[in-house]
Amino acid sequence: MLTKKQAKAFFIGGTVLFFLIFVGMTVNSLTVGIPQNTNADNITDSVKHGKLLWDQNNCMGCHTIMGEGAYYAPELTRVYSRKGENYIRTVLNAKNGGWGPRGRKMVEYDFTTEEVDDIISFFEWMDNVYLNGFPAEPSIGE
Amino acid sequence: MKFTSQKIAYHFFALSMLLLSLQIVYGFIMGFAHMGYDVLHEWIPFNAATATHKNLLVVWIISGFMGAAYYIIPDESDTELWSVPLAKLQFWSLAIVGVVAVAGFHVGWWEGRKFLEIPRPLDFLVAINVILFLVIILMTLFKGKKQTTTAWVLTMGLVFLALLYLPGMVYFDNISVDSFMRWWVVHLWVEGVWELIMGGILSFLLIKLTGVDREVIEKWLYVIVGLTFLSGILGTGHHYYYTGGPDYWLLVGGIFSALEPLAFLGMTIFAVQMYRKGNKSHPNKLALYWTMSTAIVSFLGAGLLGLAHTLPGVNLYTHGTLITAMHGHLAFWGAYASLVLAIMSYSMPLMTGRKIYDNRNGHLAFWFSNIGMLGMTMAFAAAGVAQVYLERIAGYEFMVAAEETKAHFFVLIIAATVFTIGIGFFIGNFFSFGLPSDDALNDAPEFEPLLA
Repeated sequence: MLTKKQAKAFFIGGTVLFFLIFVGMTVNSLTVGIPQNTNADNITDSVKHGKLLWDQNNCMGCHTIMGEGAYYAPELTRVYSRKGENYIRTVLNAKNGGWGPRGRKMVEYDFTTEEVDDIISFFEWMDNVYLNGFPAEPSIGE
Repeated sequence: MKFTSQKIAYHFFALSMLLLSLQIVYGFIMGFAHMGYDVLHEWIPFNAATATHKNLLVVWIISGFMGAAYYIIPDESDTELWSVPLAKLQFWSLAIVGVVAVAGFHVGWWEGRKFLEIPRPLDFLVAINVILFLVIILMTLFKGKKQTTTAWVLTMGLVFLALLYLPGMVYFDNISVDSFMRWWVVHLWVEGVWELIMGGILSFLLIKLTGVDREVIEKWLYVIVGLTFLSGILGTGHHYYYTGGPDYWLLVGGIFSALEPLAFLGMTIFAVQMYRKGNKSHPNKLALYWTMSTAIVSFLGAGLLGLAHTLPGVNLYTHGTLITAMHGHLAFWGAYASLVLAIMSYSMPLMTGRKIYDNRNGHLAFWFSNIGMLGMTMAFAAAGVAQVYLERIAGYEFMVAAEETKAHFFVLIIAATVFTIGIGFFIGNFFSFGLPSDDALNDAPEFEPLLA
């Protein structure tokens, strides 16, 4: 029968072993996998600023990107190719209460033209990030 | 209660009750918004409501953990808490930082990273606060007459909780890297070290409530937390399928997260077996109910409903939909919220000397809140499945699918009302205990008839 000492060894040994494997995989992901999949060389200052604006305005408090965020507003990973630049510009600049399709309201923002450009660069970069097939093509189509 | 310094736990539990009430209010705001009644949009837009809802959850659970530690560590180590004035300072600074953070979300002072929205300057205050807390706990543990496994597992869980906050404090320009490190915090918390804390508190409760021999309980505690890390650490991979990481995470994350329910199943079997082996005459029935429900509902919410969407082929379609909300609600409720309510139900009679442990309101609280939360989970499941089929499989626009799920949010609000009534009963009971008192010192021999 298992003793307490053996159980403790199982806990500590297993934890240390799997944590070390995880750290190794993390290093590999951060230094090789992610830079490749995300075309890290294409992250310009404009993309960086767009990402900062994404964070500062808590866009993932309503939207998802790469499937992460809240489920109140559309997934935006491929919004650049799906809707196009002009549509995004219209949404970000909407006044008189802000964008509100089908009664669901988006916060009204007061972005400068440059800020809007940066957010669009961020989405343009995001459009080409490789995500193992996410978002999936609808399997039965419209 | 063995030591007068254990009374400090009451402060943390009372704060938990307050924050839980607020969390529910923000939940209703979001439920109504999903139904089309976003009437507070001008003042509390959805992204402010969701940041508040999630962070109140994290803070009230952590406040509950801290209260639990302040109660359990002196008891287990057989000594007074190292410093009560510092513990009070730690409490008030926690409360103030919490209130400032929540108020800040309403004026856009946040980081916009799910679950870690607290802005950087406050992060440092949180870190200092948690370090102070750990110093008090560790000093108590070391000056104690004995150092039990239960106390160690609980303390280690709290130490790792603090250490794992750090990767979330680094800024990254690449959103994919940002997300990767964010899960280092959030996943390794809730599917890793928080389970250590859960294991520690559960074994404390089981030792006290069932009277089963400590050595037996603590042996299985090691096995369970061992299983947790065996599956949970590499199980982090289920967050890395579709966020820009290498494709090997599909395989590694898939296999190990499929094993994660085993740890929760282990917790369930552990608690049920100890209950069956143990003496069933303990008078604190409410604490026993909450302890057992923690062990069972955590398996349903975290284990089974997690498994329901964790395999890569399923997750490709469910990732980023209301299916996640379904899993998240029952998982947090079963594993962590119920756990905090269990330790409160156990310790409040001992701290105050008022023997409220088998009353009608307490049972109503238990059944209303659990049934309400199961109903909410089913409403989220229905909405989530509908969303997946309409949006992800049939290719309709997001808002077309959202229109169709409004009815499910009506059901959600009904179920949430049942849940809220339950929590109302719980809080009513909580405050009817009154304040903790030194008169309650060693006043409850009937609570430990089984330890002799």
